[in-house]
This record gives sequence, structure tokens and C-alpha cells, in this order.
Amino acid sequence: MNWHAVRSIYLFEMARTRRTLLQSVLAPVITTTLYFVVFGSAIGARIPEVEGVSYGAFIVPGLIMLNLLTQSVSNASFGIFFPKFSRTIYEILSAPVSHFEIVLSYVGAAATKAVILSVIILATAAFFVPLRIEHPLWMIGFLLLTAVSFSLLGFILGIWADNFEKLQLVPLLIITPLTFLGGSFYSIDMLPAAWRTVSLFNPVVYLVSGFRWSFYGSADVAVGVSLGMTLLFLGVFAGIATWMLRTGYRLKP
Amino acid sequence: MHAIISISGLSKTYASGFAALKGVDLDIRRGEIFALLGPNGAGKTTLISIVCGLVRATAGRVTVDGHDIVRDYRAARALIGLVPQELTTDAFETVWNTVSFTRGLFGKPPDPAYLERLLKDLSLWNKKDAKLMMLSGGMKRRVLIAKALSHEPRILFLDEPTAGVDVELRRDMWQLVRRLRDQGVTVILTTHYIEEAEEMADRIGVIAKGELILVEDKAALMRKLGGKQLTLQLAAPLEAVPPALARYGLTLGKGGAELIYRYEAETEDNAIADLLQDLGAAGIAFADLHTTQRSLEEIFVSLVSERAGADGNGRGAGEGAR
Ligand SMILES: Nc1ncnc2c1ncn2[C@@H]1O[C@H](COP(=O)(O)OP(=O)(O)OP(=O)(O)O)[C@@H](O)[C@H]1O
Ligand SMILES: [Mg+2]
Repeated sequence: MNWHAVRSIYLFEMARTRRTLLQSVLAPVITTTLYFVVFGSAIGARIPEVEGVSYGAFIVPGLIMLNLLTQSVSNASFGIFFPKFSRTIYEILSAPVSHFEIVLSYVGAAATKAVILSVIILATAAFFVPLRIEHPLWMIGFLLLTAVSFSLLGFILGIWADNFEKLQLVPLLIITPLTFLGGSFYSIDMLPAAWRTVSLFNPVVYLVSGFRWSFYGSADVAVGVSLGMTLLFLGVFAGIATWMLRTGYRLKP
Repeated sequence: MHAIISISGLSKTYASGFAALKGVDLDIRRGEIFALLGPNGAGKTTLISIVCGLVRATAGRVTVDGHDIVRDYRAARALIGLVPQELTTDAFETVWNTVSFTRGLFGKPPDPAYLERLLKDLSLWNKKDAKLMMLSGGMKRRVLIAKALSHEPRILFLDEPTAGVDVELRRDMWQLVRRLRDQGVTVILTTHYIEEAEEMADRIGVIAKGELILVEDKAALMRKLGGKQLTLQLAAPLEAVPPALARYGLTLGKGGAELIYRYEAETEDNAIADLLQDLGAAGIAFADLHTTQRSLEEIFVSLVSERAGADGNGRGAGEGAR
């Protein structure tokens, strides 16, 4: 292992965040606060308890998941897209680093940022609603696995995208809708039967459901299925990223 | 082992179908300065990029100090520093950080004392905390050199190091390359300028259309390629070259109206002064004079057509006729 290289890339990526600390932390915190004001207090007051918890508390896991997914994807995709775009990537490609080390450092940094942000949002949420975490180890497990999986997806996206539009399009057109429709703000049990079935094709449902289970012990799908799906994403995305690096897809002519 | 880089049968056909390299064989000797000359699009950058791991070869094999660049890429790449043709830098990074970054990337532990010396050598020390976007083009190129040298490589690739660089920086760069050579670093540089190859290189390779046309010691090549010609328009035509000037090997042109002196680019400057003095002593007056040198372009063209002729096939002849 070339640990010096992993460390260099990881710290470089973390430093990039530090430069934009205010906007990368402030924005999600403000957004989350707005969600609580609107959904938790204004609308939530008129919504009865869902699965035994107040609506404000119910949406916390989904809200964190929403942030975790978008942050993981955008951090990781930008992290690898930018050097590709500015052509400084020649350095990484000519360095004695393995594919695994490249993925480890870029994805590791992106996942770290996403997790830190999720913790900040969790802390923000604790100001507004009473929180309860029944299975903290599972909660951490889901948090880390999802962060890594979707940072891998972001990495794939960053290599695939050949312009800024594509880079922003995927999160906007795919990740955000899937998360909103994935039971972040409702239990899919609330949906008519037909839509419930459709929802099961939405991969985010499994992530949100498992994550919420680790908080309140109730879930839309069995927690084992959620874990299985999360690991499946991890495997598939890791496989695609490996294939991209091995074939030099859009990196090496 | 003699060769530090050994390239055999190297070909590259890009996805577009364009064959940028066609079976190149080349050995780079340990510790030499090798200049790769060639017109635009000849395949210089492609060749370097393959050795450095930026482009995948279609066929052929490269070893660096005995390490295969694909199977044993770690050992091979750790030995190499690359200064790319394009000025690509992280705009928001500081000089110090970007150079430290590269050192780490190549698996070396931090060594602030070495980096300080390196930046001082490149006159970058007072800019070490400056953001790269605030540097001039010439300074950026120096930063790229510092990055390439940050991990103390044994081989340095300089892809057109002096394109768009002022005279002073060019001199600095030549000095740096010589210093590196004295430390035992092998340097491979590409250039369009024959003077640069002349000034720097121990050996020269000429590449055109993806084929290595020749590889030769500089001294031998310069004799072949670097010929210059001084033409004197005489005030009064001569019938024959006076015997007093025999040692210059002069010829007459335009029915005796011109006196032509052919000399090597390497000839010391005072040869011409001597000639002019001897002309004066012989009582030969001239109205005007000019010198010409085959341009690099002409040299390439003649080399390529020579090669096509040497192949002895109809294609070469056909092109010649057009
Ligand atoms: N990624 C690519 N896809 C397709 N063709 C390419 C690619 N990169 C380079 N080429 C082509 O390969 C040929 C060789 O390019 P290369 O950059 O190696 O030339 P060069 O000798 O470095 O030229 P220059 O002196 O202009 O830098 C050119 O015709 C170029 O257009
Ligand atoms: Mg080039």
C-alpha cells in the first residue's frame, strides 16, 4: 500500500472542503431547519403520529438520508471530476498508486464529509424534536455503508460525466426524486397499494426504511432486506468503479 | 544494465482509429539527456504518456529500469517525474502544498528540507505560499518542474519545457537539466527547436507520423542536419576561388557573382570573421551577404522522404512525383 499517496489525496480532498466550509455546512443546516419549521411544526402539527412517533421525529432519518445521499454523490463526483476537467489528473494517473488506493482516498474523503454533515444535521434535529435511537450500532452501520456506497456512485458519475451539466443532472434528476419518493417524509404504508408496489422498485426505500428502523424500530421492509440491498449497492458500485479504473474508461485514451 | 528505459514494438491507435505510434523501438541510456524532436502531431506526447501510464498502449512493451510499466507499474512509476506539455495546475493550491502533494502521491515521506532546496533552486521559494492562479505562466511551468522533481525521480520527462518561455527561463531550465544530469538523472525532453536539442542533448531521436526515423548521437546528427550557408554577393564576379581561401572550401554561384561558404552550425563564431578578414586581404569586395539554414521543417521533410525512398516501394516514389 502507498499510504503516503492515500493520505495526500485524502487530506487534499478534505482541505478542499475546508475552503468552502461555510457553504458546505451552513446550507444543509439551514435547509434542515426549514424542513423542521415547515414539516415539523407548521404541517406536522396537523399530522397524527406515524408508527408511534411524532411526525417531526419521523422525518429525521429520511432527512438525514436525503442529505447523506446527495452529499456523498456530489462530493465524490466533484472530487474526481474536477482534476479530470482541469487535467491535473495526469498526476494521479502517473503516480505509483493502485486502483484501490485511488478509490479509497477519493471515496473515503467524500464519505467522511457526508457522514460529518449527517451528524451535524442529526444534532440540529435534536434541537427541534425529541430523538430516540434504538439501535445505535445499526444506525452507524447504515450511515457508513450508505455513505461509502453513494460516494462510490458519485465517483462513477464523476468519471462518466464529461461536462458540468451532466455532473449536476444525475443528482437533480435521479437522486433527489428517488429520495423524496423513497419514504423520506412518509411511510410507504400510507400509499395506495399500487404505489406501494411501485415504491419497492425504488432503491432508496430500502435505505430509508432500514435507517429509520435503527431509530424507531419500525420499518417499511424487513431490516435484513435493507441491509442486503445496501450491501448490494456497495458491491455493484464498487464493481463498476473497479471496471472503470481497470479499463481506463474516460480516464486513459 | 545499459538502457534505463527500453521500448519495443510500441504502437498506439486511438479510439478514433488514428495510429499515433507505429511500432517504435527505443532504448534510453542511463544518465543521458535524450531529445525527442518532431513536428506537431508526430507522437511525442503519446510516447511519453504511454511510458508514464497516462495512455494505454495498443501493442508493444516498455520497461523502466527492468520493471514492466503495466505489470510492475509501482516500481516503474516511482522512478519517473513528468512535466506535461500543458500548464495544468490546481488554481487554488499554494506552491508549497501542491509540491508536497506530489511527493506524497509518489509514496515519499515528507521532507521539508529537500523541498525547500528544490524551490530555491527553481527561484520559487519566495512564492511558496502564493496560490497557483496568481503565478505567471513561466512560474507555473517551474512549479510543474518542482512537482515532477518533488519525489527525487531517477528519470525526468520534459514535454516541451521551453514552449512559450522567455530566454532567461530557458537558460535556467537548461542549467537545471545539466545539473540533474550531473546527479545521474536521465532526462528525456521533447522540443520543436533544433537549437535546444543541440544545446542540451547527448542523443537525439527524430519522430514523424508515429515512426522513429532516426536516433543518433547529437554530434553526428548536427553535422548532418545543422549545415548553414553564407552567401556573399560579390562586387565583381570571380572566375575561380582564389587559392588563398582554399581552406574554407568555398564554391562559386550565379556564374561567379556569388561566393558560397558552407559550414556547420557547431563551427566557432570566429570562422566567419576569419573568412571575412581573409577576403579583405585577398582584395575581394562584396556588396551584400546573407546566411541561410535548413529549417527544422525542411529537415523533417527530407528525413521522411529519405526514409520513404529507402523503403524502396512505390508509395515513396509516388509521393515524390506529386
Ligand atoms: N486522445 C486522442 N484521441 C485521438 N487522437 C489523438 C489523441 N491524442 C492525440 N491524438 C493524435 O495523435 C497524434 C499524435 O499526438 P501527440 O500529442 O503525441 O503529438 P506530439 O508529437 O506531442 O505533437 P505536439 O508537438 O503538437 O505536441 C496527433 O495527430 C493527435 O491528433
Ligand atoms: Mg506534444
